[in-house]
Amino acid sequence: MTTTTTTSSAADWRGVASENQDDLSETVTVLLRERSRRLLGDLLTPHRKAIALLTGIIIVSNLAGLAIPYLVKVGIDAGIPPMLKGTGPGTLLTVVGVILAAAVTQALTRQAFLQLSGRIGQNILLELRRRVFDHFQRLSLSFHEKYTSGRVISRLTSDIDAIAELLQSGFDGLVTAVLTMFGTAALLLVLDVHLGLVALIPLPLLLLFTRWFRRQSAIVYRRTRETVALVIVHFVESMTGIRAVQAFRREPRNQEIFKQLNDDYRGANASSMHLIAVFMPGIKLIGNVTVAGVLVYGGWLALHGEVTVGVLAAFLLYLRQFYEPMQEISQFYNTLQSAGAALEKLSGVLEEEPAVPEPREPEALPKARGKVKFEGVRFAYVEERPILPGLDLTIPAGQSVALVGSTGAGKTTLAKLISRFYDPTAGRVLLDGVDLRDLDEPTLRKAVVMVTQENFLFSGTVADNVRFGRPGASEREVREAAKAIGAHEFISALPDGYDTEVGKRGGRMSAGQRQLVAFARAFLADPAVLILDEATSSLDVPSERLVQRALRTILADRTALIIAHRLSTVEIADRVLVMERGEIVEDGSPDRLIAASGRFANLHQAWLDSLS
Amino acid sequence: MKPYLRPYVLRLVFIWLAAIIGIGASIALPLVGKEVVDGPVLRGDSGALLPLGLIALGVGVLEAFLIFFRRWTQTGPVLGLETQIRDDLYAHLQRLPMGFHGDWQSGQLLSRATTDLSTIRRFLGFGMLFLVMNILQLTTVTVLLLNMYWPLGLLVAASAVPIVWVSLRFEKKYIRISRQVQDQQGDLATVVEESAIGIRTIKAFGRRHHVFDQFDDTARKVYGTSMDKVRLSARFFTFLEVIPNFTLALVLLLGALAVGGGSLTLGTLVAFTTLMLQLVWPVASLGYILAMAQEAMTSADRVMEVMDTVPAIEGGTGSIERPRGHLRFEGVEFRFPGADQPVLRDVWLEVRPGETVAIVGATGSGKTTMTSLVPRLIDPTAGRVTIDGHDVRELSLPALREVVATAFEEPTLFSMSVRENLTLGRHDATEEELDDAIRTAQAMFVYDLPWGLDTRIGEQGMSLSGGQRQRLALARAVLSKPRILVLDDTLSALDVETEALVEEALRHVLREATGIVVAHRASTVLLADKVALLRDGTITHVGRHHDLLDEVPEYRELLAQDADFDPSEGALR
Repeated sequence: MTTTTTTSSAADWRGVASENQDDLSETVTVLLRERSRRLLGDLLTPHRKAIALLTGIIIVSNLAGLAIPYLVKVGIDAGIPPMLKGTGPGTLLTVVGVILAAAVTQALTRQAFLQLSGRIGQNILLELRRRVFDHFQRLSLSFHEKYTSGRVISRLTSDIDAIAELLQSGFDGLVTAVLTMFGTAALLLVLDVHLGLVALIPLPLLLLFTRWFRRQSAIVYRRTRETVALVIVHFVESMTGIRAVQAFRREPRNQEIFKQLNDDYRGANASSMHLIAVFMPGIKLIGNVTVAGVLVYGGWLALHGEVTVGVLAAFLLYLRQFYEPMQEISQFYNTLQSAGAALEKLSGVLEEEPAVPEPREPEALPKARGKVKFEGVRFAYVEERPILPGLDLTIPAGQSVALVGSTGAGKTTLAKLISRFYDPTAGRVLLDGVDLRDLDEPTLRKAVVMVTQENFLFSGTVADNVRFGRPGASEREVREAAKAIGAHEFISALPDGYDTEVGKRGGRMSAGQRQLVAFARAFLADPAVLILDEATSSLDVPSERLVQRALRTILADRTALIIAHRLSTVEIADRVLVMERGEIVEDGSPDRLIAASGRFANLHQAWLDSLS
Repeated sequence: MKPYLRPYVLRLVFIWLAAIIGIGASIALPLVGKEVVDGPVLRGDSGALLPLGLIALGVGVLEAFLIFFRRWTQTGPVLGLETQIRDDLYAHLQRLPMGFHGDWQSGQLLSRATTDLSTIRRFLGFGMLFLVMNILQLTTVTVLLLNMYWPLGLLVAASAVPIVWVSLRFEKKYIRISRQVQDQQGDLATVVEESAIGIRTIKAFGRRHHVFDQFDDTARKVYGTSMDKVRLSARFFTFLEVIPNFTLALVLLLGALAVGGGSLTLGTLVAFTTLMLQLVWPVASLGYILAMAQEAMTSADRVMEVMDTVPAIEGGTGSIERPRGHLRFEGVEFRFPGADQPVLRDVWLEVRPGETVAIVGATGSGKTTMTSLVPRLIDPTAGRVTIDGHDVRELSLPALREVVATAFEEPTLFSMSVRENLTLGRHDATEEELDDAIRTAQAMFVYDLPWGLDTRIGEQGMSLSGGQRQRLALARAVLSKPRILVLDDTLSALDVETEALVEEALRHVLREATGIVVAHRASTVLLADKVALLRDGTITHVGRHHDLLDEVPEYRELLAQDADFDPSEGALR
């Protein structure tokens, strides 16, 4: 099981456990921040060289940018007096020339910077998307069942958006702003140490203020990420189930819930905006007070001839330039915190381990024959309630086994164990003598395929959906598969035949048609072990008959496990297992069990009675 | 957008006022500096220094306060607008019929409700004000510069010409590219959504890599277009930074000449250049803000596309006082938009109050389509469906859907408690009614769940078996006590024993209500008083089960379970 099962303990912060916890202790917060920082470092590492280059470029660019006001001062202080004295505009022209050169340098480096940083940002984004998506696909079903698709979607859309926002706008602003600040501070000190130190007095205050903001916003932005995830979860679920929503007049209640979630999200956003509403003007206030102070003190110094007018003018210019970027930085901080919260969630997902892990040293299984063996298999979703208390079962290669029993007897669990959606709590499941846990995914999935009652169709054409069973299959092979299963006729009758778009999740097809497509898909996959979990329930009798006829040939040379309520499907099996409470209570050929007077015989009689 | 802003008009006026005064304050501050240089320093008048300092302090504090006021106050309108639009979008989507939802990828809808609305919010909360303030600041500063020394001021004003020209060209290209990026992000959301919802199928076939490749393709498209966007904006942003700097160099040159010529004081030149430096930031950030504005506009377009879709199915105003449940299909035709072949054509069927009709037909013959017409999940393209003589289109949707309840073959369950799932159509059901419905549907297993009826079932109830889900859907439909009960092959995933029990219980329910039962199996058909055979989209035969079995070969073909099995044997009970 994943760590998601225990969310109550405050110390539990690993994986996605910290999601939806309101009060995180200081230590947990630090651990979470470290975790996101590690991920960030990991993402940045491949771009080390580019980032170094970027830093070089931006320093040049900023030096050029900073030089311009300085040059203006030089122009006024050194260029104009000679002109007034009539010794010619030589100095001034030189200064103007240098200004133009600086402007051109700045433009060129800036262009390079924007392009390079944009490329790095987009690459990181792509890598992050790929990584998170791939990881979600690796995680086991048990994870997905708890985490829900809405949250998967939220992580991969809204959270990534928050990071994209940072990479697109923030990075540029931050580097420029920080460099401008440092450069300006240095210049102030160079211009006049005395006045410079006075101008920098409020710096510690600034740092303290920023620290306060950082702490507050970390909390606020975590809430934003969580509330938006809930909005997305509800949105996705209502849109997925819109048919039931409309048929049962669920709209008003849904609207109420959505409004509530939406309001929570608004509340979280409002907190963050209020926080900035305090932070930004706070910075401005510190800056303005300093300007006033420098004005008086600098004016006094100038009055006494301790600084030149030019220096004072430059000082006022630079001070503004010193505080202006602080606005930029706080804006950046805002996106940074938002992205930080998103990164925290994403790093949590990436930290989740699949409950059904890939083997370190996979065993080879070049050609699976399909012998399945359960050895003392125990399985429980919840520890106290084992579904399978201890199962021993051997299915020889090529045998077709029908599983019969009431709901909750453990039939589907058995099937899920063979297809390794779950691992047994104790004991082992073997395919051709190899523990399933020692097979890597491609080998296992090539050997074992399960058709469920779910029949999910992906958007695309009918052919695409059949080909999902074996992506490399040719047009002809797709048709052959459909023909073998008896789906060719209805597919050919569709407006564009095999190239008909199935609509969202196969919406334009009936349940039976979708089931046929799913069958064709499984047939094309050509596994050694085929599991059919109530896979024919939506078919009408003639289609079912066709499928059954096809199954006789398809199952001839492969192992099959058939779970069905309709005993017509069971009849084609070589062997019937009747399950009750996770145990096999009857085992034998259909004929023998019908002849006996056990549970299966009763079921069979009831089925015969129902056929009229 | 206008109606969304109306409630906030007063606050908006204050915000704008604060913004404008704020600009005034930020411009005033350097002017005080000029006074200091030109006044006390040059004249050696130390007395005026302190008052000027206090003025600077006052202006500075005022500016900070105004920023605080503006930012704090704008939270309400900006978030109010975003939240309201999202609420309305959601409401609208709930109103739009199945036809719309079948055509639109839900990832595209989701990206509109989240990403696009955030883009609009960011622009309204930050970009729009800055855009206007920037432009205001630019004009004010330019006017001040003109006042200070008009020849140089004119030069500064002229530098706006290339900026405007390039901005306009940039805008056109940027709109196209940002729309493309946003659409591709919607596609990406769709891939993500399918991969999350279809995870079982992906796992069952081990198609992780295949799905990943699809995602990767789409993500790379987003990457490519985003890179185009980066290149375009890099050029534009750079251009915006170059112009003010070039102008500054020119101003210095010409200003020095003017000082040399005596037409300009040194202090004025200092103030002029100081003020001019104030132009650099606003002009440079103009690029970023314009880009933001474009994106917000594109987002608004994308949202409006959905909002402007008129629901093809709108309720009428009528209701039926005491519905009897007399259902008629009158020459009904249905075809999907753009399809040549209708799914249903010329369907006539009458179901009298209390009567139950089974609809039998091959896979894909249009049975589910037919049942969807009754609660108006879809509308017929010709003909009409009536209840007690009222065209269903005359009835209000809530009234209609109170009369009709459907148990779908593929039960849609929501990740909420069992109780909430069951009372979907009737919040006011009593415990007894709930229990009755659960027993009718043989769904007593819910009492064995860890928290009984309050157990939250996982997403779409996937932790339950198919049969269990169907029974919950059936209980839900029964619980809403409809006049017309539609059972769309609701028993297909049940085992034989449970099915027999459910059918027995359903007989009682169907005695009270008008019923339509879609059936694949003879046992289910026997719930009905008569059977309608649907073939190639139209009803070819209506009659009693046994008669049809005897007389109609196609019917026998559809319902005789086994070719070797003589159906008449078990039929006569």
